[in-house]
Amino acid sequence: MSDTEILLCGTTLSARPSGALWWAEAEILCVADLHLGKSERLARRGGSLLPPYETAETLSRLQREIDALQPRSVICLGDSFDDSHAAELLPEAERQMLGSLMSGRRWIWVTGNHDPEIPGLGGTHMAEVSRGPLLFRHIAHPRAEAGEVSGHYHPKMRLATRAGSVSRPCFVADRRRLILPAFGAYTGGLNCTSGPLRELFEETAICVLTGTATTSVPLITRATA
Amino acid sequence: MTRTLPPRILAWFTARGWQPHPHQRALLERADDPATLLIAPTGGGKTLAGFLPTLCDLASAPHGGMHTLYVSPLKALAADIKRNLSAPASEIGLDIRIEDRTGDTPQSQRQRQRRDPPQILLTTPESLALLLSYEDAPRIFAGLRRVVVDEIHALAESKRGDQLMLCLSRLQSLVPDLTRVGLSATVDKPERIARYLAPAPQPCPIVAADPGPDPDISLLETDTPPPWAGAGGRYAVNEVMELIREAQTTLVFINTRAQAELFFRALWEVNDTALPIGIHHGSLSREARQRTEAAMVAGELRAIVCTGSLDLGIDWGNVDLVIQVGAPKNVKRLVQRIGRANHHYNAPSRAVLVPANRFEVIECRAALEAVFARDLDSDAPRDAPLDVLCQHILLMACAAPFSADALFDEVRRAGPYADLTRESFDRCLDFCATGGYALRAYDRWQRLREQDGLWSLRDPRSARNLRMNIGTIVEVETLAVRLKNKFGGAPLGEVEEAFAATLSPGDTFLIGGQTVRYEGLREMVVEVTRQGAKQPKIAVFAGVKMATSLELSSRVIDMLGDRDRWAALPLHTRQWLGLQERISALPRPDRLLVESFTRAEREYLAAYTFAGRNANQTLGLLMTRRMESANLAPIGFVATDYALLIWGLERVRDPAPLLSPANLRDGLDSWLSENAVMKRTFRTAAVIAGLIERNMPGKRKSGRQATFSSDILYDTLRKYDPGHLMLDVTRAEAARGLVDFGRVEAMLARIDGRVDLVRAPHVTPLAAPLLLEMGKVPIKGAAEQLALESEARALMEEAGLT
Repeated sequence: MSDTEILLCGTTLSARPSGALWWAEAEILCVADLHLGKSERLARRGGSLLPPYETAETLSRLQREIDALQPRSVICLGDSFDDSHAAELLPEAERQMLGSLMSGRRWIWVTGNHDPEIPGLGGTHMAEVSRGPLLFRHIAHPRAEAGEVSGHYHPKMRLATRAGSVSRPCFVADRRRLILPAFGAYTGGLNCTSGPLRELFEETAICVLTGTATTSVPLITRATA
Repeated sequence: MTRTLPPRILAWFTARGWQPHPHQRALLERADDPATLLIAPTGGGKTLAGFLPTLCDLASAPHGGMHTLYVSPLKALAADIKRNLSAPASEIGLDIRIEDRTGDTPQSQRQRQRRDPPQILLTTPESLALLLSYEDAPRIFAGLRRVVVDEIHALAESKRGDQLMLCLSRLQSLVPDLTRVGLSATVDKPERIARYLAPAPQPCPIVAADPGPDPDISLLETDTPPPWAGAGGRYAVNEVMELIREAQTTLVFINTRAQAELFFRALWEVNDTALPIGIHHGSLSREARQRTEAAMVAGELRAIVCTGSLDLGIDWGNVDLVIQVGAPKNVKRLVQRIGRANHHYNAPSRAVLVPANRFEVIECRAALEAVFARDLDSDAPRDAPLDVLCQHILLMACAAPFSADALFDEVRRAGPYADLTRESFDRCLDFCATGGYALRAYDRWQRLREQDGLWSLRDPRSARNLRMNIGTIVEVETLAVRLKNKFGGAPLGEVEEAFAATLSPGDTFLIGGQTVRYEGLREMVVEVTRQGAKQPKIAVFAGVKMATSLELSSRVIDMLGDRDRWAALPLHTRQWLGLQERISALPRPDRLLVESFTRAEREYLAAYTFAGRNANQTLGLLMTRRMESANLAPIGFVATDYALLIWGLERVRDPAPLLSPANLRDGLDSWLSENAVMKRTFRTAAVIAGLIERNMPGKRKSGRQATFSSDILYDTLRKYDPGHLMLDVTRAEAARGLVDFGRVEAMLARIDGRVDLVRAPHVTPLAAPLLLEMGKVPIKGAAEQLALESEARALMEEAGLT
């Protein structure tokens, strides 16, 4: 089994090697920070002309998770598009690909800081989603009640191992909250052992590293204390 | 047209009892030739030779605007020339301005220089490229007569030189009568540099100065023999201190920054009389380097411990001794370093070689023989890099709309691009305009647009970003190191990000000659505290890997294989070779010696191929690929000119299948493409070509996601657009540094299966130096996940979380 189970407020969640979160009992698949249309946005603003393939890449990774798990609902935890125009300017092929992913299931776009509005793509737009004991939102609240699931920070963890230093996007979780890694192809990461991300969690928090399989390590180790 | 010295300048020479050297006169006589290359040893009055025609012109008639442009690879050199040229100019009574312009020049002065250019402008390739990207470039350079390119032998080996030659071509279009002069140290193939410098297809005659007497060069004799392994030369510190004491001023060259730090510290421990000794290398903060340079110029230092950072440039006339610690790796560079001593024409330079370990005794002896034989190494010729051309095209678009035909012709007049095909040029132009992707996604957002036959920027505001991205030096990501205190702390220098990532709080390391304790990372700054005189736990941080030239390594093999020549080696080295023979064996030309041993939980395999670094690097990729499929969990390897060292989680019991020539190339392409070397190469090319922007200092802030890694772009391109220009550029670059298939196959054919595996009880004499080699290539295979899982288990247990 390459998933890692995370217990949050009585629910059992699976952290997937891909960076997606699967809540089997509720048949909900949750992904954060897709940043679709990022290369188009950079080009539009006169910046670099990055390889324009990241939207297709992100959607095909999402497709694999949906094919494998057949979720009833998909929750995208905000920053699904790099900005509101990116959704409008989505090329036809990718628009169709997204449409086929959305059809036959409930699809919720949680509002992010990059994409306050997502016009014309269907699905439901919400600032927050409450399901059972869990609350899904884009950015974690420092004083949120227990059961918060969010994205935004693109957490990453770096570890020194026998094979050298290894850095991976990761989930971060303690008893009260869970933060997902970014699912999008062209997304950077923020080291979760320092700064604002570190301050959101208790000392006993766990990081679940993504990759070919998931791997759990404590957030606070001798290397990061 | 023959020129004579104007009376004022003749008088200046006479007043000093000097007269111009023959090569200085030769350059004066050729002042109107389109291009001239001067080859002269250090101290041969090269700079004056380059500027003499300029001074003569300016002494004969006043000149409004810029007369001569001087370009050097070092900022410090531009500043130094300004000092050294201002004195004679004012003594001769010339009413001219001589100014430098580099990244350090204040904004106000730069603006003034654009409005009202000085007669002589001293600059770097990057600053020249920036000037040429401005709309007013034609006005800035109007009336320019001469360009002097200093240290062209160093520039011609790099993309900085390629960029400079493209810029000279543009200058020549702006001022067609421009003449150029290149100043070079002694090299083995001057005609190659002449072709590089010349405005194609014009010729570039070579003027060679008298090379001067042979240097006085020796191997250091020490009471303690050098250690088996190690690269620091610490064992010789007392003898080196003694040499410094006896000399006027000494330059101590060491191959890497970390070693320079260690040696500097060791010197101070035995510096009983507190002689002023400084340190200079590229990881130190600019303030620290400038302090050392100023102290040296003022004659306040008796010695400087330095790296390649002082290879070029500044003339310190009072240096009378050069000490090279560690094997020189390259005969040409050794000769140039030796030339730093005694900058007096016709006095021999004095130099002492200090081998850092027993193997290097052999290397140093071989290098010494090569110097006396005047047998300089040659570099393999390079193809003109297309990433540099892409940057040039974008910068030219910043300056003014251009026609593709005219720019193509102009580019082909640059020596390195003389053979550029129209097809390659058009691909670069398409990349600049649209990204060059098979999926034409950016037609709406093209960076360059063609209108009425002229290409220009779609969004003029993008010029600012393009200018910020100027240059062909792509540094590894580094982090600043500061003392931790509430006021921000003094900057000590910088370390590679990858090194910082391996530090745990409490770890101690050396920087700026002091031991510091790692406290933590704050806002992308490594915070440290002072740690008194304690020995550092981790001594090594970042350094530049230098490859031994093929010429030198073949001299080493010859010496190793010929017992009669061992007589030239000290007793301790002969004994050491004897020990290698007892524990393991000595490498032989017709067989392949392979050693296996265990060390610190890792299994090592050393193969002594003597096939050169490129071939060994390729062999490393081949063998680790086979190890990966045989579940031997390789972690990484390092290649030197002599050997290949591979480490992994499992012991290799039969190396023969790993070395079988059958199916060698099968599946190699994908393995090569996924390799870390390729990804590094891609990143450099992508930054130069403007595909990704440099991380400008101050742009990365804490609390914000760092930019995604270029590895992701590389993987995406390979998957969706395998024929893309940037991948072709990456493969072409890597082919130079990586795939030397011919040599691998020749070596395997030579040994024809005669592989001798020796299981050693521990590290062998020959393997010891390999462990300390830099430039290790990680293998991102199964071992990474295995090691990650075992580390994760240990951490979870330690934290009581299982």
